Amino acid sequence: MDISGVKNGIVIDHIKAGKSMQIYDLLGLGKIDNTVALIKNASSEKYGKKDIIKIDEIIDLDYDVLGYVDSNITVNIVEDNRLAKKLHMELPEKLVNVVKCKNPRCITSVEQEIVHEFRLVDKEKKIYRCCYCDAEHRVK
Amino acid sequence: MSRNLINITDLTVEEINKLIETADDIVANHADYEDICRHKKLATLFFEPSTRTRLSFEAAMLELGGSVLGFSSANSSSAAKGESVSDTIMTVGNYVDIIAMRHPKEGAPIVAAKRAEVPIINAGDGGHFHPTQTLTDLLTIKRKKGRLNNLTIGLCGDLKFGRTVHSLIEAMLRYEGIKFVLISPDELKVPEYVIENMQKAGAEFYETESLEDAMPELDILYMTRIQKERFFNEEDYVRLKDSYILNLEKLDNAKEDLTIMHPLPRVNEISVEVDDDPRACYFFQALCGKHIRMALILFLLGIEK
Ligand SMILES: [Zn+2]
Repeated sequence: MDISGVKNGIVIDHIKAGKSMQIYDLLGLGKIDNTVALIKNASSEKYGKKDIIKIDEIIDLDYDVLGYVDSNITVNIVEDNRLAKKLHMELPEKLVNVVKCKNPRCITSVEQEIVHEFRLVDKEKKIYRCCYCDAEHRVK
Repeated sequence: MSRNLINITDLTVEEINKLIETADDIVANHADYEDICRHKKLATLFFEPSTRTRLSFEAAMLELGGSVLGFSSANSSSAAKGESVSDTIMTVGNYVDIIAMRHPKEGAPIVAAKRAEVPIINAGDGGHFHPTQTLTDLLTIKRKKGRLNNLTIGLCGDLKFGRTVHSLIEAMLRYEGIKFVLISPDELKVPEYVIENMQKAGAEFYETESLEDAMPELDILYMTRIQKERFFNEEDYVRLKDSYILNLEKLDNAKEDLTIMHPLPRVNEISVEVDDDPRACYFFQALCGKHIRMALILFLLGIEK
């Protein structure tokens, strides 16, 4: 893992190549004042190619979002140029306003202000169900 | 937090047994219940019409000495002016002690239950859940058979879209020794997830296209309607519909004590000549529907005699 250039901060590693922009948006990194570096198509022993995001400060991140987008992602917390903590992402038990229910018969399709909620029902197959209508959502 | 009934699995087997006991006690000791809900009010909020279900709820509350108010379609409610489910519930919740709601959109009662301070009963949310129908079915089976275990249950007709069938299966999977015979045309077989649930629960079942072949072993025959719109073409519909219409001839090789059920309303899937056969239980089922709703209202209001 390359943490070079980060003294105190976060390195989001093993992002599937091409997905870093999506994660950048989902984490709202465009709205913060910190220095954020996006590295695309870095070479990886494990996956061939990967993306990396570096942030120059230890800030609160929505790990549920990361786990949902790609559970292979690792988050490295860097303190004084050293790896202080390595976090492995998991599929979150609940998704709140991350995906919208696509079932046209679902109450969330007609009432805009309802919070979209999904619960994890099958970890292996990566299946979520809408908390309102039970419609299935498979994580790709 | 008040208790709600959104899905049949919100109730434990013990709680269902208790509801059945209360329903039977209501019949045995009717006088004890005549005034038990005096000064209590039930709202029937029907965002889509379902006269039968609404009347059953209203009759249940009136028979307990309570009163009812509500609306019977979205047109006659504030929903027509664009009011949200939450706002309607937050308002009506101030007027009544318990709410039964029906809504065309799936999950609407869950939205209601999140905001309501009074119990919410799901009286049907689109093609999703209809737990009081399932309770009705369970009470009918218990009264007719004296048990809810060790039964062979034939489910016939539209098993693909028929939500009453799916939740009856879900409810019966919690009892021992249940065998399901799934009788339907190939186009209308039960969805894969229902099959998976039966396998997971270790229940015995098989699928067949022939009602006549299945008939001799059935303790219960649950009929449902096959709707024309479910078929791709007219010929298939015409070819198949007759084989799923129950008449006296098809009952020739049925058990003497078969229980024939139907969630009603019936169109033509049970021929009227069957009505006078002692095995026809679908109108008795409607009576059970009122009794179990009475028991449910008492349970959710926390009232005991
Ligand atoms: Zn939904």
